Amino acid sequence: MGEARAISKSMTVGEAGTATVFAALAFLSIIVAAKAHTPAYAFHAYLFAAASVGAVFLVLNRYMSRPAALPPREIDGKPNYNLGPVKFAAIAAVVWGIAGFGVGLLAALQLAFPALNFDLSWLSFGRIRPLHTSAVIFAFGGNVLIGTSFYVVQRTCRARLAGELAPWFVVLGYNFFIVIAGTGYLLGITQSKEYAEPEWYADLWLTVVWVAYFLVFLGTVMRRKEPHIYVANWFYLGFILTIAVLHLGNNPAVPVSLFSPKSYIVWAGVQDAMVQWWYGHNAVGFFLTAGFLAIMYYFIPKRAERPVYSYRLSIVHFWALIFIYIWAGPHHLHYTALPDWAQTLGMTFSVMLWMPSWGGMINGLMTLSGAWDKLRTDPVLRMMVVSVAFYGMSTFEGPLMSVKAVNSLSHYTDWTIGHVHSGALGWVAFVSFGALYCLFSWVWNRPLYSVRLVSWHFWISTIGIVLYITAMWVAGILQGLMWRAYTSLGFLEYSFIETVEAMRPFYLIRALGGALFLAGALIMAWNLWRTVVARRVETPFAAGDVRLAAAE
Amino acid sequence: MSLWSKHAIFEKNSIILVIAVLIVIAIGGIVEIVPLFYLKNTIEKVEGVRPYTPLELAGRNIYVREGCYNCHSQMIRPLRDEVERYGHYSLAAESMYDRPFQWGSKRTGPDLARVGGKYSDDWHRDHLRDPRSVVPGSVMPAYPWLAETELDVEHIADDLKVQAWLGVPYTEEMIANAKADVRIQATADHPDAAALAQRYPNAQARDFDGNPARITEADALIAYLQMLGTQINFKLYDDKANIR
Repeated sequence: MGEARAISKSMTVGEAGTATVFAALAFLSIIVAAKAHTPAYAFHAYLFAAASVGAVFLVLNRYMSRPAALPPREIDGKPNYNLGPVKFAAIAAVVWGIAGFGVGLLAALQLAFPALNFDLSWLSFGRIRPLHTSAVIFAFGGNVLIGTSFYVVQRTCRARLAGELAPWFVVLGYNFFIVIAGTGYLLGITQSKEYAEPEWYADLWLTVVWVAYFLVFLGTVMRRKEPHIYVANWFYLGFILTIAVLHLGNNPAVPVSLFSPKSYIVWAGVQDAMVQWWYGHNAVGFFLTAGFLAIMYYFIPKRAERPVYSYRLSIVHFWALIFIYIWAGPHHLHYTALPDWAQTLGMTFSVMLWMPSWGGMINGLMTLSGAWDKLRTDPVLRMMVVSVAFYGMSTFEGPLMSVKAVNSLSHYTDWTIGHVHSGALGWVAFVSFGALYCLFSWVWNRPLYSVRLVSWHFWISTIGIVLYITAMWVAGILQGLMWRAYTSLGFLEYSFIETVEAMRPFYLIRALGGALFLAGALIMAWNLWRTVVARRVETPFAAGDVRLAAAE
Repeated sequence: MSLWSKHAIFEKNSIILVIAVLIVIAIGGIVEIVPLFYLKNTIEKVEGVRPYTPLELAGRNIYVREGCYNCHSQMIRPLRDEVERYGHYSLAAESMYDRPFQWGSKRTGPDLARVGGKYSDDWHRDHLRDPRSVVPGSVMPAYPWLAETELDVEHIADDLKVQAWLGVPYTEEMIANAKADVRIQATADHPDAAALAQRYPNAQARDFDGNPARITEADALIAYLQMLGTQINFKLYDDKANIR
């Protein structure tokens, strides 16, 4: 029987279909490249062509070298987990993280030393800043989310990932999207909608990848051996679904031509503003919150070896969070030409959002009940717990800033930047670092190279965050107050440029904070690298040991 | 059997969970976005607001390309200090042809919603080439390549065509003359200036970058900056017209 199967090795529909579609895409890309209106667009078309050819090669090579039978879903009654895509996403997250933090540091320094724009188009702040935001949110955060979700959904469902090529398509396709988006910004290809800058063809590509992501995730959930869907998977599912809806809602655009990167969005003016911030705020709410809460719900209980504090609290705060978040967008448009009722509605729901946010924080922190002593000995757990504390802090600050009276001062200032970074560095990045430390040691099945280095990472980055956010608080409030200051004679006290000059010391402190944060991440990268390449202790390999010693 | 146990429906059926999530997240967006397409104060038409000329549109696309929105807002709030610093608060109608909108979210530099006419063309040219030559404390990047790069308007008529298809009132005549209009507007005392003014009332036509030999990206960007916020005559604007 085994022999019969070996003879009848044939391509699956997925393999044949994928290879055919990519061959066609390669052909189309070459035609587009030949007729492209701009060299930048031709460059992207060639990238698409090269990636498509690469995909055809990988699919065929995989088919040639695989055994006739596909990998079994279970071996000896235990799930046969598919960890390749998880490993790729985890490594990509570290690489993109370093790149994104580095670009952020450059942007911070450019504001203090404008000469660092070098008078070059592709290095100027207006192109670097979207590169930074996309690199940290979508490249770093996105790979963390895809990697952890593929890991968590398999473990909590006790099932192998759905599809064989599909998970690889998701991981590689998503990272290709990042390359297209990032190089596009540097070349001046952008639709200028914040956090949705990529142009129409990148958006289309992401749509395909995201649908595949959703299907792989849902397919795995449907294969589950557990009767209940674990709470982390509700959050992952909420994140994947809502991001799909937001992406489609915010990006419908008509390209000027198939051969042009330029498109015009179907929404205009005030409607476009509302749709953009419905998207923009919920990119925060679902990408940077729901997705990372899923990480919290798996990795903190697992690391602390305690059950989640309250099942009922997780039900209440899940539904309340996803319902209320969607309404909060208009707080980005206070006192603009958006109608007053919409602004007030946005503010009201933003204030209400405080409660489900803190529900999540309480559920995360209280999971430590009976295990608080581990914070002294386990810096990985400490990192994740501090991230939840930062989550609590920035989800208190957010509702505060959404109040119209506060917003009239804080809007357009660096206070917003400070708020974003207390969430992004303190919450998203720290919980990601914690999850990455866990993931690298669990997936590669070996202890971390150095727990002490984790502690160094924790303290250096924490000091960096504190410098960053305090500098931006002071800068933002100072700026807001200077803009509205009047002399006793009733004239505006400061010209605009005086308020710019007043920012300089704070921009320097912020850059220092960012540099410390980057230094911490570099320590992590070194630690994780050594973890992966380290020889496992329990497999003594005489020859290998000698070689390793010589190399050192 | 408590109410909590009913939640098992969502935990045991992935499709029901998916549908429930979609319903729950749809409500807020629908309530806040859909009315904006019908309410009078978000779709009002104000005298003077016209679509961008091809040169202004090309300039706007450069503004988008360079990411100016990262540091400059185009939305004056109805607050005393902003109105005194920048001018009349912005109206929804003023961005009705903006695809995408450029309201921005940060003022590392000043608001630009009414920057048109505030500075001379020469000032803008020098400022774009080297911001610190005219504003010593500025932290803005320099954009020396704008004045050196020929403006690419080979396909500008296609841009107008797509916008017309999306509902911007560009006429057949405007689309047919798009490329010619770029040259007319970027040239001082062009013989066809009257035709341009008829197609686009109050369009300013001159050599914006101080180099009559070429039409550069600086021409387009300065033309765009100089028209920002100048379309409505606020001495005639009736701010009560849309109150019901």
